[in-house]
Amino acid sequence: MSDVLDILANPAFWIAVLRIATPLVLGTLGVLLCERAGVLNLGIEGIMVAGAFTGWLAVYAGAPLWAGVGVAALAGMVFGLLHAFLTVGLALSQHVSGLGITLLATALSYFGYRVSFPKVDTPPTITPFAPMEWLPVPVLNAQTSLTLFALLLVPAVAWVLYRTPLGLAVRMAGENPQAAESQGVSVAATRTGAIVAGSALMGVAGSFLTLSAFNAFFFNMVNGRGWICVALVVFASWRPGKALLGALLFAFFDALQLRLQQSGDAVLPYQVYLMLPYLLSILALVLVARKASYPQALMKPYRKGER
Amino acid sequence: MRLERRHEGSRAALVLAPVGAIAFTLAVSALLVLWAGAPVGRTYVLLFEGGFGSVFAWSETLTRAIPLILTGLAATVAFKARLFNIGAEGQLFAGALAAVAVGGMHGGTGFELPNWLLFPLMMLAAAAAGALLLLGPALMKNRLGVDEVVTTLLINFIMLLGVSALLDGPMKDPAAMGWPQSVSLQPDLELGKLIAQTRVHTGLVWAVSLAVIVWAIFKHTVLGFDIRATGANARAAAFAGVPVTRTVVVAVALLSGALAGLAGAIEVAGRTSYVTLDMSPGYGYTGIVIAMLAGLHPLGVIAAGVFVAGVLVGADTMSRAVGVPTYIADVIVAASLIAVLVATLLTQYRVRMR
Repeated sequence: MSDVLDILANPAFWIAVLRIATPLVLGTLGVLLCERAGVLNLGIEGIMVAGAFTGWLAVYAGAPLWAGVGVAALAGMVFGLLHAFLTVGLALSQHVSGLGITLLATALSYFGYRVSFPKVDTPPTITPFAPMEWLPVPVLNAQTSLTLFALLLVPAVAWVLYRTPLGLAVRMAGENPQAAESQGVSVAATRTGAIVAGSALMGVAGSFLTLSAFNAFFFNMVNGRGWICVALVVFASWRPGKALLGALLFAFFDALQLRLQQSGDAVLPYQVYLMLPYLLSILALVLVARKASYPQALMKPYRKGER
Repeated sequence: MRLERRHEGSRAALVLAPVGAIAFTLAVSALLVLWAGAPVGRTYVLLFEGGFGSVFAWSETLTRAIPLILTGLAATVAFKARLFNIGAEGQLFAGALAAVAVGGMHGGTGFELPNWLLFPLMMLAAAAAGALLLLGPALMKNRLGVDEVVTTLLINFIMLLGVSALLDGPMKDPAAMGWPQSVSLQPDLELGKLIAQTRVHTGLVWAVSLAVIVWAIFKHTVLGFDIRATGANARAAAFAGVPVTRTVVVAVALLSGALAGLAGAIEVAGRTSYVTLDMSPGYGYTGIVIAMLAGLHPLGVIAAGVFVAGVLVGADTMSRAVGVPTYIADVIVAASLIAVLVATLLTQYRVRMR
């Protein structure tokens, strides 16, 4: 028990929590935007890979770091547009389209990596974002500006969703598309916009991995983080503030298992600790499921004039 | 843009749609081949020859198709009832572990069963293990409304870590020189070769027979009708007296999970004889693509499984010859999925731009 207290008293632990939480915050906000407009986006896992790869490749080719983030967002938008075309335009199954995009984006990224670096064994590196040492806030000043961006995005997304006409349109498209249409809101355009914006955030979430947390691109580096974001949105009942809370809680347990594993006196095989985040996600889904208030039109394709 | 249902659907279009979609995918993927700096024509010829150009190529393709047909069937059964089982990968490993647990007990344990009993026990255990792994998410979906896509996906990660822990610990083969691999099956429990001097084993007969059985279940049984009705419209089906909960939860989850579990057991019995972490390069996920390519038709799964296996096997040969990364196979498979979905839709609807 004292081990755990020692870990909690160490600022390095909280620095790790915030770092682990950052891509989850960005990804969860991305999924949240799509789902608030009524569209499930299971492309996230692949879009994060694409963001991680393209952002890193741009910086490796000489672009500034923030331009790399922009490229990652752009890659996300391209796949988001494809998802919107398939699910909003053609009303295909949102599950299947998303999974297809995950497979496609992952395969394209790995292909691109291998074509660009056919014969390298050690992944080439870049100089990632530096920590914001000038900030007078402990823990936060060990993070990069991308983390600050993610944290500021939470109130920004909440403000747009609840305080602007645009946010109202998004929520209506997800709750009651017929009513939205009768108010002169184009459901197709709103959903497309929300998917593209959400997918851009997923791309940025991926780029955090290569441009801030690490300095290289690895195969399997996203490793299920996207799926965890999908679970976190349910846990957060589709609210940005709770999404941040969920991501932090999740990162807390993830960092804790890492430390317990490293402390050397782990009683259980290390794989059991690695399972914790996934078990926790399932537990969260089960606990929240009963009171979850899904956007009413989630996963329901909308066709003008049809009921 | 809006969609209008076509009134007259032609049978030819249904077959032509996937063929056209795959041709379209190959045309677009040619850009990637050019990016990799290889001649497009030669790359595709090598890809085709590597997958289907010789007896050896066919034997490798068919070997690879066996687990893919089985996981494709697992996805087909579940998706027909709109249970989105993305957990076939984990269920495959559960089946493989169960097979080794039953069939890997070597002498000295004082526990000996005749093979005619042990072999079916092994397969049953594998099917049960796969089925049990899907039962949880199916019940959570049905009772609590928890989306099964996320739960089955997360369970894949848990399962793989579990396999890793077992291969480091209790199930590790002490004779494996430190490699994380399980104890081996008793040799007489392994499946025979279908073609001498190749790797094709009688698992192919299992896979094809199971496809026919699943087709027969869909076509000729009450259960099959219930599954289709539930998939088409669960609420209407329940209203019409279809036991939706029992159908979806019990039958579909058990059947789908069992098929994926058998995929694992048949891989172990036919090919590897032991479990390793890399025994499946994502067969569970590829099975979903195969089910969709086949339009959720159990017999179509055989063709789709052989096609995808051929692309994957051919990519290895092609990559060695012209240096285009093997990941192009995954791109082709994923892009085919999307293209086939769009093409199939266009056979049912026409798009009006307005």
